[in-house]
Amino acid sequence: MYNRSLWFWLFITPVLLALGIVVAFPFLYGFIFSFTDWNGLRVTEFTGFENYRALFQESEFINALIFTIQFAVVTVLLLNAIGLGLALIVTRKIKSNHLLRTIFFMPNLIGGLILGFIWQFIFVSVFGDLGEMFHIEGMKGWLSTTRTGFWGLVILTAWQMAGYIMIIYIAYLENIPKDLIEAAKIDGATSLQRFKNVTFPLVAPAFTVSMFLTLSMTFKIYDQNLSLTDGGPANSTQMLAMDIVRTAFSDNEMAYAQAKAVIFFLIVAVIALTQVYYNKKREVEM
Amino acid sequence: MKRSREKRNLRVIEIVGIVLGLLWISPFYLMIVNAFKSKRDIFEGVLGLPQSLRLENFVEAFVDLDFLKSLFNSVMITGLSILILILFSSMAGYALARNKSKISSVIFFVFVGAMLIPFQSVMIPLISLFGMVDMLHGGGLIFMYLGFGCSLSIFLYHGAMTGIPRTLDEAAIIDGASRFQLFWYIIFPLLKPISVTVGILNTIWIWNDYLLPSLVLSESSATIPLKMFYFFGQYTRQWELALAGLTIAVIPVIIGYFFAQKQIIDGVSEGAVK
Repeated sequence: MYNRSLWFWLFITPVLLALGIVVAFPFLYGFIFSFTDWNGLRVTEFTGFENYRALFQESEFINALIFTIQFAVVTVLLLNAIGLGLALIVTRKIKSNHLLRTIFFMPNLIGGLILGFIWQFIFVSVFGDLGEMFHIEGMKGWLSTTRTGFWGLVILTAWQMAGYIMIIYIAYLENIPKDLIEAAKIDGATSLQRFKNVTFPLVAPAFTVSMFLTLSMTFKIYDQNLSLTDGGPANSTQMLAMDIVRTAFSDNEMAYAQAKAVIFFLIVAVIALTQVYYNKKREVEM
Repeated sequence: MKRSREKRNLRVIEIVGIVLGLLWISPFYLMIVNAFKSKRDIFEGVLGLPQSLRLENFVEAFVDLDFLKSLFNSVMITGLSILILILFSSMAGYALARNKSKISSVIFFVFVGAMLIPFQSVMIPLISLFGMVDMLHGGGLIFMYLGFGCSLSIFLYHGAMTGIPRTLDEAAIIDGASRFQLFWYIIFPLLKPISVTVGILNTIWIWNDYLLPSLVLSESSATIPLKMFYFFGQYTRQWELALAGLTIAVIPVIIGYFFAQKQIIDGVSEGAVK
């Protein structure tokens, strides 16, 4: 018996150590220190909920929270609409379907930092030029206002991640039995009817999966935010992740930043647990 | 009659698809054509092809990015991280799948649960702790990637183990193989498809990661994204150089994608749907 479990422990020790040292311990350590005046090196006193009370009164944090929620909601809806649209195109019998899949997915492989820089050029120079050419005032000065910065981030993220969501929808679409579609065709259903009554109900589970996935992805965005708008103008397009990084590593308010990080964890965890709950419920119904 | 309508519909869909495809790659087109232009050319128009190909932009960006060194750093960090992630996660996935005890399922649950914790929630104490023991360097970074990457990897290996019959283990043990031999010579080769998936998913993420290396690595050991950030900061008013640098940074990824397209798309599909 002893020998039987010895190999088991040997096999899991490396990852157990890594997870413990890199994730579990810092997580608990940070949680405790968020109730103190920790400055990264030492703690002089236990301050209770002081950090948490302060952060809900800080307008910059509240702004970041609201901006992140708005960004996440708009991007999630757009991403799922585009992702499903692209999937519907490339699962048809067209000659270019493989090439198109390759192209739509490509931005996912390149980091958000680099893509943000490329789009900075597009929004600033290309949009500026187009605005000049067609005399559209709205095209000039992108990223210099909160509103255009918001849409810039939405466009960048939708462009980058739509191919990934497309892949998820493709997996579900290709699982639909062909004879179901054929049967509907024989019964005289138009392609719109076929989509509404056959395809759509069968890809509905993909909606739950990718809605929550995109919601948690968009909530955690940092690189794109940094490279595209850098939080500007005047920190108005700064999202939660960036606010935490700045509070910790620019302002050196470690305990306070960690309190923000704990709130951030709670939000992301609630999103993920809701998804688990929905998936379980659906499995039961099926 | 009906058939021809169907055909026409397909043609319309194909055209819509191609237009969208062109739209999707247009940012890369704009990046590349303007990387070949002079400052003056860019000023005159960003949409058209360059008057003449200015290769100087690329030479200067290549030198300023210290590209060979950054590429080497990125390859080392990503390569070593993937190697230990595949090795240790497959071992753990195997052990956790085969051991049916209560403690084993609790540990598996902890690994899966850890996926809920976003990076930003542990980042501050992590950097502070690693700083205290002088581990803020490439080696420390690789260990961090093992910690952050192992949950999903173990989850995927654990899932794949259900397809590998226990009788294989028993036969090998009867033949006198040790657990390690059994794993290494019999189980690990059978897990190869999932190792490819694990390798691809982690490469995409680690290769492109900016935030963690920016907190851990010094400028001399900077990876490509990190170096790109410093580089871009210097050239905000010189688009031709900035774009040449971005083009150079994107090339290794495009080459990798060209060769492993099918595996990448299949791997991502597998990782996302599970």
